[in-house]
Parts: sequence; structure tokens; C-alpha cells
Amino acid sequence: MNVSALDEASSAGSAVDIGKVMQIAARKGCGRSGGGKASCGSQAGQGDLPTEIWEKVKNHPCYSEAAHHHYARMHVAVAPACNMQCNYCNRKYDCANESRPGVVSEKLTPEQAAKNVLAVASTIPQMTVLGIAGPGDPLANPKKTFKTFELVAKAAPDIKLCLSTNGLMLPDHVDTIARFKIDHVTITINMVDPEIGAKIYPWIFYNHKRYTGLEAAKILNERQLKGLEMLTERGILCKINSVMIPGINDQHLVKVNKAIKSRGAFLHNIMPLISAPEHGTEFGLNGQRGPTAQELKALQDACEGEMNLMRHCRQCRADAVGLLGEDRSAEFTTEKVMAMDVKYDLPMRKAYQAKIEQERVAKLAGKQEEIVELASKMSDIKPMVAVATKGAGVINEHFGHAKEFQVYELSTTGAKFVGHRRVDHYCRGGCGEEERLATVISAINDCHAVLVAKIGGCPKSNLLKAGIEPVDQYAHEFIEKSAIAWFKSYLEKVQSGEIQHTERGEAAIRQGALIPAA
Amino acid sequence: MPFKIIASQCTSCSACEPECPNVAISEKGGTFVIDPKKCTECVGHFDEPQCVAVCPVDNTCVLDTSLPRYQARA
Repeated sequence: MNVSALDEASSAGSAVDIGKVMQIAARKGCGRSGGGKASCGSQAGQGDLPTEIWEKVKNHPCYSEAAHHHYARMHVAVAPACNMQCNYCNRKYDCANESRPGVVSEKLTPEQAAKNVLAVASTIPQMTVLGIAGPGDPLANPKKTFKTFELVAKAAPDIKLCLSTNGLMLPDHVDTIARFKIDHVTITINMVDPEIGAKIYPWIFYNHKRYTGLEAAKILNERQLKGLEMLTERGILCKINSVMIPGINDQHLVKVNKAIKSRGAFLHNIMPLISAPEHGTEFGLNGQRGPTAQELKALQDACEGEMNLMRHCRQCRADAVGLLGEDRSAEFTTEKVMAMDVKYDLPMRKAYQAKIEQERVAKLAGKQEEIVELASKMSDIKPMVAVATKGAGVINEHFGHAKEFQVYELSTTGAKFVGHRRVDHYCRGGCGEEERLATVISAINDCHAVLVAKIGGCPKSNLLKAGIEPVDQYAHEFIEKSAIAWFKSYLEKVQSGEIQHTERGEAAIRQGALIPAA
Repeated sequence: MPFKIIASQCTSCSACEPECPNVAISEKGGTFVIDPKKCTECVGHFDEPQCVAVCPVDNTCVLDTSLPRYQARA
């Protein structure tokens, strides 16, 4: 969406009856829990971003942590072919790090994909971004990829276009990317040293030849960095994804971070390796482990001084639909979409998004109030809290129904989003299971408290036993404002000697399928 | 002998299709197949058979030993 379209979006609220629009949207299954107060992520406002960049990212859920509570994205699987092999990916299934392995995505033609995008955009008005991310590499399928973008740009010009690539073919397509006004490109860069690359990539297919070992890694590294430079020269925003592989590139990613920063990358997304043996990947079969939540956070913290770090990535499938962490793709199978009578209602979408912007302003104001009071406190402690939320930046999920917890680190400077933890929801069919509860606790074991909309008596006592305080007094309120309020009372209790602050233990990153079976 | 694709191993990713210099590869019944009449084992085109080089699953594009080797015309 260009700047003028955004201006129109923000002024559309006066022309259209917002209440009516919200009702329509709610009926279509995208209702938002209103009435609450919330606060947003660490970069809730424009901050020190130049206005032109803020306009590009403010409603892009992947490029803005604050936006990801409100705006949705969709991927279309039009690009099945790939031109290289990664040791964390098994091509017999979908890519293990970006998709749920074991389930073959429905392949789409560009025409099917375009219809799919319109159907989703009409049903989910907060869907602002179309990405092509595979399941192979979009630039190994350039005809299908760019045809899809062309069709979507024509039918739904307000939707942002975005693609994610391994970078091998990127330099050849940068001008096409610029011509199609694709202003967000993600490159997966796991190394800038071919010696390390050789341990991650067994082969690449380039110029009609299969290259292996050092030679392959050297070509890949050169092509990736060249592609990045070419994109940033043209003002295209670049996000770099890096898979953190302990013992192989974990320390090295600090160097990668410097290399991409110096070439103008906007955002660095360091993701944990997923390597369950059942995915059948080289790393999974060889027992290569992924990082713990603490190792991941320590590396992200080490890189953060250098540039923006993405911590809200859900490593989603190449055909995911919805808010990050949610997948509504089952509602939009080709069969269902072809049966839909789709009318693209741009005014409705704009009005809905204008309402979201109003809520974001309210959230920010709520947080500011709490921060002003916090400023008078003196303390070095930085406890973390887990939050059960369904989105919109509100504590609106039952503990037992949560499929993920968002994690905030608190300090006297405020609340900072530092990650999320996927869990199997504990409550199934009304009664919780001990075993599931134990895995939920291990996923948030580094947190001092968990903020929920509601929680049953049994999990409550188990959480207390594990040293995690269950908090339901901020139900349906804004996340950041509530987290800061909790922190203030925690600090008071520590300072009065009522409780003693202790460091928490390690937390585990869930290794199973990222999105539960539909 | 031309190459063939072992259907049970094919992920249907389509990577081989545009690489074939003889346009011998097409989708059939959910996976890809090589037309043995068109396959030249990439002789005269490339140093290595393209379908083998690009295929993500090892030992999926293999020589069809039931047929004679391709003979380049003089």
C-alpha cells in the first residue's frame, strides 16, 4: 500500500459507519474483542523510524511487532520447486522450519492463488500482506511467483506484496521485484563463512550444475549478499531470516548480523532450529539439537544493539492464513474458494483498518500512563511474564485454551516483547491433563507470572508449585499496560520484603508441528 | 537408456520440469514423468543430467535400465 492509500484509509473512518463495518466483519468470523484496554509491543509507535519506512511497516505483521497483534498475512503456495538443499529441510514434506512437516500443501496455480487472496481479503479485512514463501523457493519458480503478484496487484491494489527467498537467484530478479512494487523481501542467510555454510547446505543447483561443499556455500554467500545490496540500493525493505543451529552457526550469527546491517537490512529474524527426528531432516536424523529459549534470547539480545530484531516470528507454513500464530488456511481451500462468491470491498477493508488504528492509539496511551508512574521506581530486576492472548494486544485467552504464550520482559523502562512459546493447549474437552500441563509449564518456565483471562483451580495450584504466579485480575485488558501494572506491584512486594526475587530456570522450545492439524 | 522418475519418491515439486532441455518432463497423475522418447540423458546439452542435479530426493531420477542408452546422432 502506498502512502496516499494509507491516508485514505485513515480518513475513510468518517465516510463509513464504523460500527456497521465492525458488525459485518464480526459476522464474517474476524470479530475482535472490543471493550478492553491493551497495550502493544516494544515498538508500539513510530519511534525513531523515518516516516516513509514506518508507513511501509506499520501494518505489516512480520515487519512490526506492534502490527502483528492486529494485522494478518497470508501465504500462497505457488512455488513448489527449490534450487538447493538445506540440512534443516526435508523436501519429501513441506519445509520443516517454515511449514508443518508431514502435510503436503495444496499447490496453487497463480489464478487460483489470486482468487484465494481476494476471498481471504474480503473475509479477513485486517489481512494486509500477501507473501510468497514456497513451499520451495519463489525465485526458483519466477513465472508462477510474478504472475501471482501481477494478478493480485491488479485485483487488490491495497495489499502489500512480500516474498521470501534463499537468495540464490535473487540478483537476477531484483529489477522485476522493484517493478512489481514488492517492497518487502526476506532472505534466509545462515552464514557469511563458506566453511560454516558447507555444514548447513549439502548442495545448490546453479547455472545448470549441482555444486556441493565449500564451492556451493561460497556461491550462495556471494549471491545472497549481492542480492541484499541490490535490494537495499533500491529502497526495498529487507528482513534477514537466520536459523540458529547450536554448535554450527550460533556464535557466527553475530557476524552475520553485522554483515547484513552494513548492507542495509532493516530487520534480523533469528529463529530456533526445528529438528525433531520425525521430520526426517538431515539435522533431525543426526541428533542436531535446537537452542533453548534462553540461548535464543541471549543471541537475540547480543545482536539487538546492532539493529532491529524480530522476536515474534511463528515460523509459519508456506500456505498460512491469518494473524501470526493462527492458521485459517483450512477455511480457504481451493474447493471452498472456488465455490465462494467473492466481492472485493475496499471501503469496508479501509474502514475496518482505520478502527484498528484507533485502538492502537488507545493502547499506546494506556501504556504511557503506566510507564510514567514506573519511571519513579528504582530496580535492576527484569522478570518475564507469559501472556495468554488471541490477538488485538489484549489478555483475552483462557490458560487452558492457549496455543501459545507471548513473553514480555519487564524493567523500569517498560514492557518489552521478547518472544512467544507454542504449547499444546492444556484443556481438551473440558478437563486438563497432567502431562500436557507439565509441558506448558516447561515452555514458560523462565517466567515469573502468567497473565490470563481465566484459569481453573488445578492448573493454578500446579503453576504456583512451579513458582509461576497465575494472574487473572487483568482479564480483557491491554497486555503491556497490565504487565507493567503487575511489575509495579511485584516490585513493591520485593521492596517491602514480602517476596524475594529469584532468577527463573530454562524454558523449552516446542519441537512438534508448528500449527496444529486443522 | 533414458531417465525415469520413481513415482513413489517424487514430491511433485516441479523443479525438474523447466530444467529439461528436451521438454521431456510433464506432470501426470500428481507426479512428474519423463517421456523416454524425448530424453537424451542431457547428452550434448549439459555435463550432468539436469533432472538428477535439481531433484531434492536422492535416487529419484534414475536411468531406466530396461531401455538402451541414448546414442547421440553423428
